[in-house]
Amino acid sequence: MLELRKDIFADERDDNLKEIGKPTQRQDMLGHVTATSVYFNDHKLQGMLHLKVLRSPHSHARIRRIDLSEAERSPGVRRIIRGADVPHNLNTLLSLINFGKDDEPTLAVDKVRYKGEPIVAVVADSQREAFEALAKIRVDYEPLPTVFDVEEALKPGAPVINETYPKNTFTYHDIYDHQKIRFGDVERGFAAADHILEQRYQMSPIEHAPTETNGSIAAPDTNGRYVVYTSTQALFFSLDTCAKILDVPSNKLHFIGGTVGGGFGGKVDTVTEPLSILGAMLTGRPVRYMIGREEEMLYCAPRGAERIFIKDGIARDGRILARQFRCLFDSGAYTRLSSYAAVKCAAHLPGPYTIPNVYAEVYCIFTNRVPATAMRGFGVTAVDFAIECQMDKLADLVGMDPMEFRLVNAYRDGDMKAHRREAKNTALIECVQVAAEKAKWRIRDDFKRMSSLKEAGGQRPTAPPPVREPILVNRSAGQQRTVYDRPAPPPPEPIRPPPPAPPPLAQPAPAPSHGAIRFSSVFGGRRR
Amino acid sequence: MAKTPLQFRHNGREVAIFVDGGMSLLSALRDEIGDHSPKFGCGQGGCGACTVLIDGEPVLSCITLAETVAGKSIETADGLKTGPELHPLQAAFMDNFAAQCGYCTPGMLMAAKALFDHNPDPSRVEVIEAISGNICRCTGYESIINAVLAAARRTERRA
Amino acid sequence: MAKLRGRGMSSMNYPIGMNLGGDPSQALVHSNPSGKFTVSLSSIDLGQGMKSVTRQICAETLGVPVEDVYVDTADSDTGPHCMGSFASRGTHRVGNAVMAAAREARGVMMEAAAEELEVNVADLETDGRGNIHVKGAPHRSISTKDVAIAAQFRQGRTISGRGIFLVPLSDVDPETGEMSPATCYAHACLVAEVEVDDETGEVAMVRMDSAYELGRALNPRLVEQQLVGGAWMGISHALYETPEPYYPDPSHGPRDFDEYLMPGPGDICPHDITVLERPAPDGPFGAKGPGEMCANPVMPAIANAIFNAVGVRMDELPITPEKVLRAIKAQGGARPQARR
Repeated sequence: MLELRKDIFADERDDNLKEIGKPTQRQDMLGHVTATSVYFNDHKLQGMLHLKVLRSPHSHARIRRIDLSEAERSPGVRRIIRGADVPHNLNTLLSLINFGKDDEPTLAVDKVRYKGEPIVAVVADSQREAFEALAKIRVDYEPLPTVFDVEEALKPGAPVINETYPKNTFTYHDIYDHQKIRFGDVERGFAAADHILEQRYQMSPIEHAPTETNGSIAAPDTNGRYVVYTSTQALFFSLDTCAKILDVPSNKLHFIGGTVGGGFGGKVDTVTEPLSILGAMLTGRPVRYMIGREEEMLYCAPRGAERIFIKDGIARDGRILARQFRCLFDSGAYTRLSSYAAVKCAAHLPGPYTIPNVYAEVYCIFTNRVPATAMRGFGVTAVDFAIECQMDKLADLVGMDPMEFRLVNAYRDGDMKAHRREAKNTALIECVQVAAEKAKWRIRDDFKRMSSLKEAGGQRPTAPPPVREPILVNRSAGQQRTVYDRPAPPPPEPIRPPPPAPPPLAQPAPAPSHGAIRFSSVFGGRRR
Repeated sequence: MAKTPLQFRHNGREVAIFVDGGMSLLSALRDEIGDHSPKFGCGQGGCGACTVLIDGEPVLSCITLAETVAGKSIETADGLKTGPELHPLQAAFMDNFAAQCGYCTPGMLMAAKALFDHNPDPSRVEVIEAISGNICRCTGYESIINAVLAAARRTERRA
Repeated sequence: MAKLRGRGMSSMNYPIGMNLGGDPSQALVHSNPSGKFTVSLSSIDLGQGMKSVTRQICAETLGVPVEDVYVDTADSDTGPHCMGSFASRGTHRVGNAVMAAAREARGVMMEAAAEELEVNVADLETDGRGNIHVKGAPHRSISTKDVAIAAQFRQGRTISGRGIFLVPLSDVDPETGEMSPATCYAHACLVAEVEVDDETGEVAMVRMDSAYELGRALNPRLVEQQLVGGAWMGISHALYETPEPYYPDPSHGPRDFDEYLMPGPGDICPHDITVLERPAPDGPFGAKGPGEMCANPVMPAIANAIFNAVGVRMDELPITPEKVLRAIKAQGGARPQARR
């Protein structure tokens, strides 16, 4: 049972509550343990058909020809669906909130942009017969050059993956290929620093791997409507996306869900519903499109990989004076939700620390891999990994305890954050203090007395006037420049003779410069 | 495709169905009998969500051919509760909050039952071994292990 | 040839709700004639406990026992709009919508009770056990069931309410990034202890200690479920999972759970959790949401613990035994740091 520290912030709470705070049994627990909770696939519909899709074996290719003749004659096949059958075959998920341009087909028509992209859907009496028909479809591809690395994708002359965004980056505010944070003057901060630390971090894509895969069952209902049992995490998001793709009024669709076998962000993209509904429309029968496990692991959206460069300038007393980020989100072949994640990441910088000078460029970049999507911690998980590893290195650099180092830099109520809003309702300091105490990690008394509520020493930044260009400062010859190759201090009780000094870590390449690029974009006022 | 008649005991009841050659026991239970308690998690024998007992032994029903269970006794999570009372395992899962999305729960319960029926007083290591073929993405396993150990400590247990 | 232990920590915050706001949710609450309430939502329970916390929020706001409330979700014909279950928005956005709807329903219920008892509505209170009575005179009482019957069949009132919660959409300055991303943040600090085998590179989890600040723990058992399960996922991200083992080369992607590795029940470690509560001014009873926060602190804490154990910096996830071993060898052997 977890411990509740009711004493902390007690004067900000009224704990006189009846139902809130009680360890009440879950409403759905009895259903779970009796195996009577109803998931989308627990609906048995008479005459249900099965839909599976043909997926591209190429990461990047033109589609020259699709020959369905043999597949159409395959036993059990009721209907084969092509891109031309999809009423509105180009979409982007966030068009529902007027963010981004339609860039992704439901079924690919002239080009495929990732290995696994759906091209044709087969609806058959059984899943087995659908697979057998898929094997009889002939497609002529013309493979195209691929790009899989986000920095390669940014280079001029890189293959264009997604023609909606010809420079392979999402467009922000009509003019920029990245989201900016400009707060204070990082060059001045670096010039004043005693140490500079510049590091590169890489987080892998992650598969959501919920125990229940994505899927939906769509069936013609009475009165010309369609009922859809779905695993979606976002009922109306999916309903409205289907209404758009299928060009039907939203009240023609009746979505039922609400009990899902794990999601973690992987069940927002609405991959199965448009086709299962279209299958039901075209056959007049219930149609199930359920993603298989291998299919989901290889071809369905993962958390996108992120590459993060952090450069810090730090004073020898442990205060971080300037922090600069370059974050590269790998969105895969299409936008989906990564464009939003980049802005969320920018908003999160530089972490819960009060740093007077912050500079960031956050990119949403296209590559020839499965489109990425949201996952638990979207926009934040990878950059927090980078920041906290960096914080540990910085603490080591100045010879400070990691906990105390966090406390020196922690944000407090009233501090100005890099996105120019005052911090409120903060509690980082208290969390660090409590964790240190629990783990018997000794910190000095004056650190135990710190509070999110009180003022502490050190620079308290306020919103500076906007800075358009970084100011270059000539560095004095005597200023110490430290790279992260300093040997660790000897442990108090050496266990073995000290090994030879390690070779210095390779320096990451400096960020390439780029000009502002003019695009038309729809990131303006959102439709209500 | 010709169908094969198949008879077996399902949660204590004699059943008779027709199956296609190659049909999995999971599909037979879900689609032909209407028992939705075993779940499809992977179809590869990798996650355990489809776990049922065949003559008391835990098996992965998604990679078991239906035809191979002729004359055998199949137990699923649907059959754990036979009257007004929950099976001790079910009650222990509830008390220990050992389910979140609930999708792995039927398979977990059957894996645990297989352990119980052979070993009514398992150690923590034995519990871990028994459920190691069942993937849970939500709970982090601690509450499930605690639930199975707690069920073992209950004094009343049905045969 | 040793197994070396080390400790590392991380601290972070997490924004609650969809970035920039603009993500509303609605709720409807109504009573049947026997005083049992239904909450109609289109929100999704993925296992995080959406149905359960909204049930408790509704019961608390109405002033009735939780057994008298049932949450029905999700059906687009009967449930009002909800943006969806993601971005740690459920407790905060949906919870607030449920509170607003329950407040309206409670208002009607108390008016109906006041009429039945022939008192001023300001003189009445609920006892949380299914009764409404005059403050200071508990014998002058009526059950919520009788109020519901009276409202429906005698007074002609609907004991029901509607709620919506919306954080208005924020702009983003193109030049500076100035924006209002969220109205409140959760916080965390986590200490991880690992044991690194310097011969195989394998990293085993020894224990974790953590403190999370969540505004208010609406249901401590559900919070525990999220924090324990989320930390497990953090271990999994840190040490095991990748669909592209050779990223950015996409080859050899895993196809099943034998190839896509996650820690099993034999790989977990004790995790001692403390929850702090600094109520968010705009959270339902001050609650924020732990759903995503819980996985994040583990990854860097593990990386920092590995440095403490063997002196190598792991800057790329997942931290596989191969990567650890290569780093140790490049360094010329394990170099344990001072014990933290």
